[in-house]
Amino acid sequence: MKSRIMTTISNSKEEALIVKEQDVVPLRNRVKEYGVKIGMSILNQTKLITATSELVRNLLKYGGGGKVIIESVSNGRDNGVRVTFIDNGPGIANVELAMKDGYSTGKSLGLGLPGTKRLVNEFDIKTELGNGTTVTITKWKNG
Amino acid sequence: MERIPILKMGDFLLVTIQVDLYDQLAENLESDLINTISKHSSKGVLIDISAVSIIDSFMGRILGNIAVMSKIMDAQTVVVGMQPAVAITLVELGLSLNGVISALNVEKGMDLLRSKMQISDNEEQDYDDDIE
Amino acid sequence: MQNNLLSGLKEHENKLLTIWSQLLIDGGSDDGAVEEEESKEFASLFLKAAAAAEGKIQDSQEFEKVEDLIVGIASSRGKRGFSPRENAQYLITFKEAASKILSELIKDPEQLFDANLQLNAALDNMTILTFEAFMRGREDIISRQVDEISEISTPVITVWEGVVALPIIGTLDSSRTQIVMENLLQQIVDTGSSIAILDISGVPAVDSLVAQHLIKTVSATRLMGAECIISGIRPEIAQTVVHLGIDLTGIITKASLASALKTAFDMLQLSVVKRKIV
Repeated sequence: MKSRIMTTISNSKEEALIVKEQDVVPLRNRVKEYGVKIGMSILNQTKLITATSELVRNLLKYGGGGKVIIESVSNGRDNGVRVTFIDNGPGIANVELAMKDGYSTGKSLGLGLPGTKRLVNEFDIKTELGNGTTVTITKWKNG
Repeated sequence: MERIPILKMGDFLLVTIQVDLYDQLAENLESDLINTISKHSSKGVLIDISAVSIIDSFMGRILGNIAVMSKIMDAQTVVVGMQPAVAITLVELGLSLNGVISALNVEKGMDLLRSKMQISDNEEQDYDDDIE
Repeated sequence: MQNNLLSGLKEHENKLLTIWSQLLIDGGSDDGAVEEEESKEFASLFLKAAAAAEGKIQDSQEFEKVEDLIVGIASSRGKRGFSPRENAQYLITFKEAASKILSELIKDPEQLFDANLQLNAALDNMTILTFEAFMRGREDIISRQVDEISEISTPVITVWEGVVALPIIGTLDSSRTQIVMENLLQQIVDTGSSIAILDISGVPAVDSLVAQHLIKTVSATRLMGAECIISGIRPEIAQTVVHLGIDLTGIITKASLASALKTAFDMLQLSVVKRKIV
């Protein structure tokens, strides 16, 4: 029996290794291309790329580099772009604290994670001390 | 290494950012610009970001740094041409770029710099008790 | 594997159609509810799937086509104003007709029971599909209307060289704020205007969320190097703003669009004077 329940399905997908700062600009461009392909507005593209930029900086700075997966997804009603950031760094000790405005361990402005969350439609963070951090963001075309 | 060119126009410095910024490039711009201000004793800096498609918290911080640092060195910084999508994203991100003065385009930015300089000139004249 | 007990229906397609139409008419849907063509297509496709299936009809390849067809029929009927009840009735009467024929074809009570079970399983699921299709059709209409409303309700007007105004009518929610902001900022860039007036006379209520959206719009305008004036602050809005403890002190607010325009002129160092008649 064919299932007609609305689930998010992945249409196309690619992976990128991020080890140095020079990898950031090509990655941002790839994410932008995924947004352009589904007809995302300039504003939503900008929000998505800015969120990507913030998260990939964390990946390099705190995770020592890692893997980024870009996917084109759809949930039956809308199309979107999902980006997953996977590092094998030390992990975040207190996720709740890290999600509060004004918190930062680095020298940035300290609005990295909560600010980034506001730019996207879905934000998911999984972290374990000593076992790295995985952040997944999704921006819907009309979101 | 890639660098963003800084043009000198009289008392002003003109920077047009035509490429997408990454952290190192932005940091280089900050130090280059501050050194150039000091070298020419420039009175104003105009940074055109109309071709910049994203500004995240790091680049926003660099812009703020440049504004504050140049202010200490008696130069006024004006950021011009910010794209609407960039402005909205910065607001959503929670970044207000405190200390950064902006103008819609290069022309308005130049007017703003000139008017700021006239004010400071007038202040000096006031000091000499020599008004008009 | 269970035997396919529905395959026999295929030979009685015409009879089934006659009974089905009669049932539909008896059921009160005589005012054009019986669409001959689509009913024929559906019956023939369903019976074809039933004849082709080896085990359960739902597992056959053909059945997906039947499902797609009924979804299409349901959404087109939805657009023509049929209620979900009528759509369900459409399938229920089909089941009744098929069941009647089955009882003539199969004499063994146990087999007949199984055949009816198979028929039920296949059609009940399709009934659910018609409901879903109906809902989806409605949701599409709603989302299209929402888009249209937000587009027509955010016009940006150039009131003077260098001054644009945007009257907001209706409630400001976050998705609308985003459209308002985008439109306003794009117009500021296109016209090179350094002053924008946001008139909220037509906004029914300002709560802390709406105020936050207004503040965001003002911040974004300032980031671009323009100034934003908020006009149309009615007395009750001023009261709620203060009672809710919302801080609007960083924002230039004016009671009317006229006084906002006057402020804009002052900022542009313009003045309006009455011409002297000599």
